[in-house]
Amino acid sequence: MSGITLVLRALHHGENALADDLAAAAERHAAEHEIHHVALDLAAWSAEHGSVLRSTAKRYDLDLPAGAAGTGHHAEGPLTTALLTTVREKASRLLGGRPEPGILLLRDLRDLHLAATENSLHWEMLGQAARAAKDRELLATVSDCHPQTLRQMRWTNTMIKVLSPQVLSSLGQPGQ
Amino acid sequence: MGRDGIAEPWGARTPYGRGQRWPTRVDTHLQEGVTAGDVDRWVRTASLLHSNGDAMDIAVRDGRIVGVRGRADDRVNHGRLGPKDLYGWQANASPDRLRRPMVREGGRLVECDWPTAMGRVVARSRELLDERGPGAIGFYTTGQLFLEAYYTLAVIAHAGIGTAHLDGNTRLCTATAAEALKESFGSDGQPGSYTDIDHADTLALFGHNVAETQSVLWMRMLDRLDGPEPPRLICVDLRPTPVARRATVHLAPRAGTNVALLNALLHEIIRTGRTDPAFIEAHTVGFEELRDRLERCTPAWAADICDVPARSIEQAADILGSAERLTSTVLQGVYQSHQATAAAVQVNNLHLLRGMLGRPGAGLLQMNGQPSAQNTRECGANGDLPGFRNWENEEHVAELARLWNVGPDDIPHYGPPTHAMQMFRYAEQGTIRMLWISGTNPAVSLPELSRIRGILNQERLFTVVQDLFLTETAQLADVVLPAATWGEKTGTFTNADRTVHLSDKAVEPPGEARSDLDIFLDYARRMDFRDQDGGPLVSWHDPETAFEAWKRCSAGRPCDYTGITYDKLRGPSGIQWPCTPERPDGTERLYADGMRWAHPDMAESYGKDLVTGASVTEVEYRSLNPDGKAVLKAAEYLPPHEPPSPDYPLQLTTGRTLYHFHTRTKTGRAPQLNAAAPDVWVEVCAADARAAGVAEGDLVDVTTPRGSVRAKARISAIRPGLLFLPFHYGYWDTASGHEPAEDGPGRAANEATITDWDPVSKQPLFKTCAARLRLVSRGDGPAPAPTTTSAAPFPPHDVPPTTGGTAAWTDEYVPGGEGEARR
Repeated sequence: MSGITLVLRALHHGENALADDLAAAAERHAAEHEIHHVALDLAAWSAEHGSVLRSTAKRYDLDLPAGAAGTGHHAEGPLTTALLTTVREKASRLLGGRPEPGILLLRDLRDLHLAATENSLHWEMLGQAARAAKDRELLATVSDCHPQTLRQMRWTNTMIKVLSPQVLSSLGQPGQ
Repeated sequence: MGRDGIAEPWGARTPYGRGQRWPTRVDTHLQEGVTAGDVDRWVRTASLLHSNGDAMDIAVRDGRIVGVRGRADDRVNHGRLGPKDLYGWQANASPDRLRRPMVREGGRLVECDWPTAMGRVVARSRELLDERGPGAIGFYTTGQLFLEAYYTLAVIAHAGIGTAHLDGNTRLCTATAAEALKESFGSDGQPGSYTDIDHADTLALFGHNVAETQSVLWMRMLDRLDGPEPPRLICVDLRPTPVARRATVHLAPRAGTNVALLNALLHEIIRTGRTDPAFIEAHTVGFEELRDRLERCTPAWAADICDVPARSIEQAADILGSAERLTSTVLQGVYQSHQATAAAVQVNNLHLLRGMLGRPGAGLLQMNGQPSAQNTRECGANGDLPGFRNWENEEHVAELARLWNVGPDDIPHYGPPTHAMQMFRYAEQGTIRMLWISGTNPAVSLPELSRIRGILNQERLFTVVQDLFLTETAQLADVVLPAATWGEKTGTFTNADRTVHLSDKAVEPPGEARSDLDIFLDYARRMDFRDQDGGPLVSWHDPETAFEAWKRCSAGRPCDYTGITYDKLRGPSGIQWPCTPERPDGTERLYADGMRWAHPDMAESYGKDLVTGASVTEVEYRSLNPDGKAVLKAAEYLPPHEPPSPDYPLQLTTGRTLYHFHTRTKTGRAPQLNAAAPDVWVEVCAADARAAGVAEGDLVDVTTPRGSVRAKARISAIRPGLLFLPFHYGYWDTASGHEPAEDGPGRAANEATITDWDPVSKQPLFKTCAARLRLVSRGDGPAPAPTTTSAAPFPPHDVPPTTGGTAAWTDEYVPGGEGEARR
């Protein structure tokens, strides 16, 4: 296995996992409307990266599995995913009137940020490997996709910055 | 001469040619039986029922308002008035005005005196500050108060309470205008001027139904269209508006696809070499990235997404590309849609790519919806720091702290201000425990009303509502404060092209009602807010001293008022900011001499990602734009979040009608306006109506995953696949008071709209969701929709035309007589 295929495999796994995690966070926090909608938009980016990586991998005789269905706003998931989604969204709406889910949201945003950071580092490695190998086609793929991963990181960071003061100070008051 | 101002809302034409002065036409409407000779005095003001700032005088007789007359010498309207200007004032004298404060006792609102009501507000504020801190208190205001009240409220919230939870309902109407200007030019501030219409060879209206939202501005455009050398007119609107009917090219894209359409227009401008390379080089950054990102956005690509012929896109791009003096306007069709800021910024990009800024006719107008929305923004009553200061710039915060004599840390600036939708979310979660709502009616105007009612109904949330009437929202309040309105108080406000007007007090408010400024000043006194030397934080005591305080805050900023005084505003009518001692006549156009406000040290914002809303950091901004040029920002198109589906096969959009403003608290109480559009309707095209078995006037339900609205159907020339509901109608004039009758479908369009917003401007998207249509019962007459507007029946049915009769008689006077005005 070459260095490039090693990174392709890790990144493919990471992007598909992030697509699933973003979609799951969107479901868990359905009552946080901005999180819900933007996370689904960003899940679509990662799902797209996953499929780009899968077709890229074929050029290196690497056969990667197809990503999970059911991510993004418009994909039709299998029945079980749909049911699970409904249950999670209901739970989110039932808990929507309580402050505690705020802390869970911060935790999810932190985890999403770390996952996106890991992917970003893998894109960096893939780009450098492509440069070293003078593989222009691969470099073009990296140039197309990596900026979106950086934007996913900025978004999670921004939302943490925006939401932390209210979530943490409302939990931190004595006697509550 | 004269007209029925309901049947002929735009009045007689006074055509004029390019570069000429728009002729004067003075419109007057007096109460039946009153003549000009009966009027005791005329009191100066401007319209408070839209953003155009039509200058007018109030006719007073025996201490009562008896009519209005447009002011001939004003730069905005040259004497003209629209229907809401002519008839809206009657609501002031409505018998159901609030006259005394009320507090909730045993579940019911009961009248009380001011000390009792204010005592409760102060006690709850202190309790929450002690127990939970300033983050438990939020303020939700409007775009309809005066500058002096906004600035006072902003100081109270930012430095008195110390909360970041402050916003206006301007979030629903004009947040995207502000954000798009910040993204492109570094700071809020309207670039263009209404006089650009006098000079333009091309007018482009993007989602701006000017004929109904700023009817006097449309009169100006109509007079150009009927004069020599008329401008070409591009209209992007998914409804058959009066503008669309006059357009050279009308593009009606599928709802939620503005970014795709605009990207294709820009693609064509670049492909055909219609850019201004010298202007781009001298005044912008980001051209290469924009060009690359637009490369694939061909008209054929957009045609599929938008369902608009590629040839029409090319034709529109050719007109925009060949214009020598292009004036563009943008409003709710862009702002309340999916990807709002991303789309509005592309219109800025159009002007930057073509060098269409800062000279007569090269005008860019990111419009406002509400009359004083501009002041909400500049005074920081929308949560931003006053004077377009940047919360991420420590020097800007320090400047404010010096001005208010408080510590910089006393002004919350650790994050962006909390926008309205997030405030309601915090209230839903229980971390905001007090909401003070002034001059706005969220129980009708926010999306997904069952959710909003649920939030306002919570026992743990203490709500203060300050308004003229017992609105749907006031009915849910814990304390209701009766406010004085336009004509009953003095103050200033600023229209969409930066024109400042003074509105003088003409008559006494009813009962014990007080001006919004007096209410906020009273609160500040009772809360005993102090500066760091123990002096009063709010040191002013009336409108003029508040205005003087604001002038000091505005000094050196883009919205500089230091050259304006109340005395000056009582002179020649209408002054555009910035106005300083060095520029005493004000400033007609921004950016006539460079981009100054985008400099990293000056900018109000370092910008955001146009798709995710993520912040650009100061370091990134400084490296991207060290010299402070305009920023060309690209955005990729994303499909709408709720596309049509088998269960909800249609798209639903909501909006306005000419005869009403917001939730009809005033216009529903003006007889001529109410009669012109007395109840809710839904617009549907003939083919969709046929498929649902629906005919003109039939009762139907419009249903989305949130809820249903019951309305009569108007068969119109609206785009196939699209339904339109006016958002004005609520419940105050129904038996159930503030909500739909038990378990029934509603009357308010927002029962059906989705909770979703543009992640950049945080403006809710009222114009894109999926819906279905169902016949309830056959009608017994036409829908209660006007025939004079976008809701005109099509194909023409046997629908009687909308008229106002003698009660709507309006006198039109065209001085000089030459070239007598024609219909």
